[in-house]
Amino acid sequence: MIEVIRPGLLATVQDLGRVGHAHLGVPEAGAADRFDLRIANRLVGNPDSAAGLEMTAEGATLRFESDSRVALSGGAMEALLDGAPVPMYQTLAVKAGSELACGRIFAGWRGYLAVAGGIDVPALLGSRSCDTLARLGPPALAAGMHLAIGTLPMEVSAYLRSPPEYVQSVQLRVLPGPQQDWFTPVALVALRSAVYRVSQKGDRTGVRLEGQPLTRAREGELPSMGMVSGALQVPSSGQPIALLANHGATGGYPVIATVIGADLPRLAQLSPGMEVRFTDVSRAEALVALRGQEARLAQDIIPADAGLLAARALMRLAGTHASLKQAAVSDGQRRIRIRK
Amino acid sequence: MKTSFMGEGALLVETADAAAAQDLRRALSAVSLPGLRQLVPGQASLLLEADPLLTDLEALAARLPELARATPATPEARLHEFTVQYDGEDLAACAKRLGIETAELVRRHAAPLYTVAFLGFAPGFPYLTGLDAGLKLPRRADPRARVPAGSVAMADEFTGIYPEATPGGWHLLGRCDALLFDAARAVPALLSPGDRVRFKPAP
Repeated sequence: MIEVIRPGLLATVQDLGRVGHAHLGVPEAGAADRFDLRIANRLVGNPDSAAGLEMTAEGATLRFESDSRVALSGGAMEALLDGAPVPMYQTLAVKAGSELACGRIFAGWRGYLAVAGGIDVPALLGSRSCDTLARLGPPALAAGMHLAIGTLPMEVSAYLRSPPEYVQSVQLRVLPGPQQDWFTPVALVALRSAVYRVSQKGDRTGVRLEGQPLTRAREGELPSMGMVSGALQVPSSGQPIALLANHGATGGYPVIATVIGADLPRLAQLSPGMEVRFTDVSRAEALVALRGQEARLAQDIIPADAGLLAARALMRLAGTHASLKQAAVSDGQRRIRIRK
Repeated sequence: MKTSFMGEGALLVETADAAAAQDLRRALSAVSLPGLRQLVPGQASLLLEADPLLTDLEALAARLPELARATPATPEARLHEFTVQYDGEDLAACAKRLGIETAELVRRHAAPLYTVAFLGFAPGFPYLTGLDAGLKLPRRADPRARVPAGSVAMADEFTGIYPEATPGGWHLLGRCDALLFDAARAVPALLSPGDRVRFKPAP
């Protein structure tokens, strides 16, 4: 079991979503950044579909009631395990009684925690995801809550080669949307040249953007239709909304463009105030990018023993925890030399 | 059959109406399509979501007319009758905008035998067609942050029932106590597309 000491701003249980019930009006939900949840799962030996925690803007503090293996991924945060800094993107061994305190997410927006065995809340319509829109599945984490852990998988100890870095200005690749002919030529150019700023008002249903309004070439209501994550919906205000995992199953605003699948993780990691630009790619390029992401999952998770992970941890932490820098670099280099 | 991509992993297939979208969903559900994630019928479309690394969506788009030809049996439509307290917050305002008495609005809203066109917006939320054309009003300019569960509402050519308290932009005419969605039930949604619905004003 895991005891929630502090939930942070919004921490929820998420897996790869409640797929296959959209015809009943059931949103897909699931992790907003599925790539990072999958990485964290693989770092602890879980199948991709295991449920983990999604933490928004500010991490949770958790106490582990049994020995465990965990991994952190996604938006960059300072995490402390029993008071000592621990890195993201590698397997962490946790002792019974240990406390993991995840701090503010200072780059990116959503952090993920996978636990070997997965979070074992009851599945609903085939998923353990907390649906924050339709309020299906487990509730958001609250202090005092206990989370069960599933059956332990084979022991894995690994790190991710070249973890993602988050920058303040992001370029997202798009494909033309099914209703792009609803917009003026000016709007179609603006989408690809103007800078849009991420609004404070976004949530797991979508990232709200502010910038040059995207004006329509025609009036009228669009018949409601199925929607996908990444769809750039434009309501009458002209300010686009990029849909995320917890979007409604159907929507009624025209879709001017769609963010490609390979860029959905970066979309989910946009934080308020960040700047976004959109750029066109072809469908073939979108598929190449998606294949590249799958290849990275297959190739960049490197098995490593505890010694190497400890050395890597020190090297990694030196980058983010300035006070540790001196000691860490020399100690890390020494350990890597010894290993070689 | 007009199709367009919505991202690299979804095809939006335009259909004549909601019933045609439901028929296409049933036809495609009956064939095995590797990599298929889900089929989402809408008001006049079917969204076909698939893993684009496992499915050749362009080839599938070309095969759609052939696949759609298999017409599976239409499930038997059921009739549901809901008793409605016509005391919604927008009842008087709607009647005023339509230039009729509230009693007439209630009578004309409760008169038709509605059809469930599709479910969307929220789990179990039915888009009902058959609304008296004279009652058509655009959605509210300022959607409510919270519409109470069981609210019977209308907007454009539709009427519907909010299964749960959610934000909403439709005009609230009344309330009923139907349990429209329960994930723990074997069939979670009470209403299925094609079902008929009648509203009975509470005495």
